[in-house]
Amino acid sequence: MDDTNPPVSAVALDTWVDELRASSGDAVERLHALLLRAARFEVRRRAHSAPELSRQELEELAQEAAADAAVSVLRRLDDFRGESRFTTWAYKFALLEAATKVRRRAWRGREVVLDPEAWDRVEQLAPGPDASAEHAAFVAAVRDGMRGALTPRQRLVLVALTLDGVPIDVLAERLDSNRNALYKTLHDARARLRAHLTAQGHLGGSE
Amino acid sequence: MTSEGTLLRLLGTGGTTVDCDACFTVLDRYVELELAGAAADELVPGLRDHLAACPACAEEYESLRALVELEESN
Repeated sequence: MDDTNPPVSAVALDTWVDELRASSGDAVERLHALLLRAARFEVRRRAHSAPELSRQELEELAQEAAADAAVSVLRRLDDFRGESRFTTWAYKFALLEAATKVRRRAWRGREVVLDPEAWDRVEQLAPGPDASAEHAAFVAAVRDGMRGALTPRQRLVLVALTLDGVPIDVLAERLDSNRNALYKTLHDARARLRAHLTAQGHLGGSE
Repeated sequence: MTSEGTLLRLLGTGGTTVDCDACFTVLDRYVELELAGAAADELVPGLRDHLAACPACAEEYESLRALVELEESN
């Protein structure tokens, strides 16, 4: 896996992007090579999270990621405004695809709890015997907020992402959703929980 | 026992309105500004807060930065 990339002049980059817009076969091949380097780079960085995967399987993931990223780049070429180098802009598509694929493969076969009421059994939300009265009251208020201030979907997403450590792309796959929608659910759940704690006097209004 | 870390993960730091799609849109610019020593957090407001709240986007930010750094060093 060679991650080195020969330098490309600004003029050559402009020409390259123009050729991509014209769907030149050579330009698309160069794009694929660029994206494959980035995908391999990312797969290698994430390989420790999926130790059961062979080198060949990792290479296949990188190839799939590069192919999917090429489709995305070509589809969104008009979004490129030149606010960064084209290579940097294109890399992020390959990194996203590769990271997502590795996360999902690493979690294949692992159980993800999708019961909105299972949070009540999460040990991390149990007050400890040595907790101060103030800390115990705060934890109790958090539990109260989990129970009363959140929707079942918000509880499920919040617990899976923050307490169970489920990667957001994995949860999105299991819930037939997407990263952005789940992030918004997480954001809203946190906001509701913080508002509940503020109303109960456990957080300052500006926090 | 509920630790401070658990509570922080659960509650987040509050505030950010940047979502994952918006993060993806500006990530390349943010990384290049950072590597150029520019005031990336002022020029791309809210992104740092999103990266603190979203582990997946944070991982991809770290990878993009590392990859661009590697290319610039070659």
